[in-house]
Amino acid sequence: MERPAWAPRSIDISVPSVSRIYDYYLGGSHNFEVDREAARKAMRFMPGLPKIMQANRAFMRRAVRFAAGEGITQFLDIGSGIPTFGNVHEVAQAAVPGARVVYVDHDPVAVAHSEAVLAGNDDTDVIAADLCKPQEILTSPRLDRLIDLNRPVALLLVAILHFVEDADDPYGAVAELREALAPGSLLILTHASYEGIPLPAERAEGAVDVYKDIRNPLIMRSREEIARFFEGYDMVEPGLVPMPHWRPDSAPEDEDPYAFSGFAGVGRTA
Amino acid sequence: MSAEPDEPEGRLRRLTTIWSRALFPVTSTSLTRAEFEEQLLPLARRLSELLRARNFDADAAKGVGAALVAAHCTDPEALARTLDCVDAYLVLYCGGDGPQDELRMRSSRLQHAMAAGYAVALRERTLAEQEAIAQAALRAQGVVAQALHASEARFRAVFEGAAIGIGIADLDGNVLQVNKALLRMFGLSEQTLRGRRVQDWVHPEDAPQTWRLYEELVRGDREHYHVEKAFNRPDGTALWTNLTVSLLRDADGTPQYQLALMEDTTERRLLNLRLRYEATHDALTGLPNRSLFFERLEKALGAGEGQRFGLCYLDLDGFKTINDSLGHAAGDRLLVEVADRLQSCATAPGEMVARLGGDEFVALTTGPGTERTVDELAERIMNALVTPISIDGRDLLVRGSLGIVEGPAGERTAAEVLRSADITMYRAKSAGGNRSELADPEADARAITRHGLTTALPTALERGEFFIEYQPLVHLGDGSVRGAEALVRWLHPQHGVLGPDRFIPLAEHTGLIVPLGRWVLEESIRQARAWRERYGEQTTAGPLRINVNLSPCQLSHPGLVQDTVDILERSGVTPDALCLEVTESALIGADDDLLKPLRRLAEMGVDIALDDFGTGYSNLANLRRLPVSVLKLDRSFTQSMQQFPADPVDLKIVEGIVSLAHNLDLAVTVEGVETGAQAEQLRILGCDTAQGWYYARPGPPERLQELALVDATG
Repeated sequence: MERPAWAPRSIDISVPSVSRIYDYYLGGSHNFEVDREAARKAMRFMPGLPKIMQANRAFMRRAVRFAAGEGITQFLDIGSGIPTFGNVHEVAQAAVPGARVVYVDHDPVAVAHSEAVLAGNDDTDVIAADLCKPQEILTSPRLDRLIDLNRPVALLLVAILHFVEDADDPYGAVAELREALAPGSLLILTHASYEGIPLPAERAEGAVDVYKDIRNPLIMRSREEIARFFEGYDMVEPGLVPMPHWRPDSAPEDEDPYAFSGFAGVGRTA
Repeated sequence: MSAEPDEPEGRLRRLTTIWSRALFPVTSTSLTRAEFEEQLLPLARRLSELLRARNFDADAAKGVGAALVAAHCTDPEALARTLDCVDAYLVLYCGGDGPQDELRMRSSRLQHAMAAGYAVALRERTLAEQEAIAQAALRAQGVVAQALHASEARFRAVFEGAAIGIGIADLDGNVLQVNKALLRMFGLSEQTLRGRRVQDWVHPEDAPQTWRLYEELVRGDREHYHVEKAFNRPDGTALWTNLTVSLLRDADGTPQYQLALMEDTTERRLLNLRLRYEATHDALTGLPNRSLFFERLEKALGAGEGQRFGLCYLDLDGFKTINDSLGHAAGDRLLVEVADRLQSCATAPGEMVARLGGDEFVALTTGPGTERTVDELAERIMNALVTPISIDGRDLLVRGSLGIVEGPAGERTAAEVLRSADITMYRAKSAGGNRSELADPEADARAITRHGLTTALPTALERGEFFIEYQPLVHLGDGSVRGAEALVRWLHPQHGVLGPDRFIPLAEHTGLIVPLGRWVLEESIRQARAWRERYGEQTTAGPLRINVNLSPCQLSHPGLVQDTVDILERSGVTPDALCLEVTESALIGADDDLLKPLRRLAEMGVDIALDDFGTGYSNLANLRRLPVSVLKLDRSFTQSMQQFPADPVDLKIVEGIVSLAHNLDLAVTVEGVETGAQAEQLRILGCDTAQGWYYARPGPPERLQELALVDATG
């Protein structure tokens, strides 16, 4: 037996994990004190951080429903983290019974948790792999079991690309994934940015520094830089916009000001 | 959904809207506001019922609190806002016309129960989620541990199963772990090896840099090094390895361990040594061979100032006879015995014995005092051969010829030294063998010149470097020129004109004498024809004849008669114009086969002269058998006649020979006539013709013409 490429030499739960921090922002208890400590530290700079996460979840929910409405029944969610509630498979399978969902994460704890949550749901699975190595994802037997790459797939890269540094070539990874997708597939993406945060940039930087300290640097990109991830896709209306503006169910003006941080968009392959 | 605002359903919805607005900002739900409100509506309805129910139902109220947690309102602020909302609006919107005090009381109790229900549910959810994440962490660790275990097992298998030896030691040199291959190589048990320290493995054959590299590595100044290193095995043998040592650092880069990878090269090294040994040693005797000897000699000759060398070159006398008579196996055993004896002669440092091949051996001595040691070495060698060697029950007396060369280093090349030794050995052999000779530069030079001439001979003939001088033969009776002896000369580009004594023996030795002799014959006959054309067939005293020397080698050459006939015919010269001179020694003991060509030539009319007569102890009775018509008396008989009075014994001998010759119908020619008195004496004794400086030295053909002319006119 070979040691899987993803498996770290050891799991150190004394090191904060972005998945568990995200869970804490969303009011979950799937986290340890180190995670909460890091989250609280970041929230001292940006108290509205949970609202950004909540907006992400709300956007994802709308986007998955949109995809289901477009006739898509296969979903590939990379960077799924710890699914507290309102997960892709819940939304998708509510919209299209029998929709197939494959989750991907490189955090072994998140993967183990997902496996527990998904136990008994044959139309879902989880792969331990890294976004930066798309071939490991695309050639995984678990993906092959559920997803037919000859048919359209909704690829979700929600709140993940801002954890990939340029040195690890996130654009190359996104392009490689795009090339594997059948025409009519959708890319559902959100990304952190200094644009839209209702705070002076110095304060926001304080939160960014927290992620740097926990060795999971948060890469804030400009709208133009984020738009480049959609190369090869036709943007779905209304394009790359702040999350509350993407096909809202309710008036955006009712949203928390933090919800407008960063950008969201959906693209369709030709 | 539509309800009249003042109807109970409309009032319930208003309450729900107020509650939802208060709660939504503090929830984490991903539902929209409208969806969230729809989720709250049944809870509001339940509260409304509980408010108006006859009995207080605490459990149902707790259920509403718990439902909030299920709707992901996990922030305690959600409870506070909920209670605020219930407290302010539940009685107002859902109390109807009921008694206000009682309704207020009921609302309070409902809130208490809701709070308790919320707290319990949140606690349960928190614990469940904590449990879930802890389990997930554990499982993940399990997977990693399993993977790690598998990976470690794999690496352990590699470590244990590797064909190369692997060992890990700390930076103090304490051996921590070794694999099986390494144990096998060292021939030690794991326990024994584990207690050892790397520094204990110093070996006499360690390269000078070995331990410097080690120190650099354990200091952290070097990442790895590669050396060839020997280790002592417990059985006393040496283990030779290709050793690579690497420094292992921890995650922070601090040096931690040293990792040694070693490949057992003992066999390969032995093989290399054996191949090297075989390439440098003689298979029969085990002595160093020519190539190793040259290596050592070159080293000795390249040694610094004050260093000298001495070399003894030994060739066994008559070894070929032993080989031929007793067989090669016996010959080989003899060589082995000689080799052993020689080996024991050269045991001092700087001394060596080698076999160059065949029965040729060399012994070398080096150092500052070889002028003395080489003599001692030569003496030991000669003494070593004194005792007979017993082969197959036969005691064989072995003798050898020894050439000794001694000199300072740095003056000559190995090839020059060996040639000098070889030449000197041949001098010893020529002098009868069983002796040693010391190299002599002049003798060397002569031998070298000889050698040079020998190798230059063939091209000299091609390049026309030979020419012929003629010495007149004069009739003693009337002083007329009767002919001339053709004498070949070599105009050597470096050495000038060389006489036949310098090169004829060499030509004889190499066989070149045959083509050279043919050329001389052709050239002489051509000259004879030129004379005949000029003076006619006859001079006043008979035909002009040309004397040409025949060497023993030519004599036995099968083409002699045919060649001679061809040459005579081609130039249109009659056979009686030619006299072939053969030395007496060449004909001693000659059998009929050898004499047959001469007889045929004599029958054709060619004169045959017996040259150097009187020097070869010839059997006079033999003269009858020989097809000769002329005796050429050796100059030794006539030398004493240069003075007056001549030695009476010599006179008697010459008189006798002449008388004998004439009786046998042979003419007599004398050589080396230098004075008039001599000539007169010989004329009186009855000699027929003479040649010598008195008449003329050998010279170009024109000179003879002059003499003949003088003679003709005189």
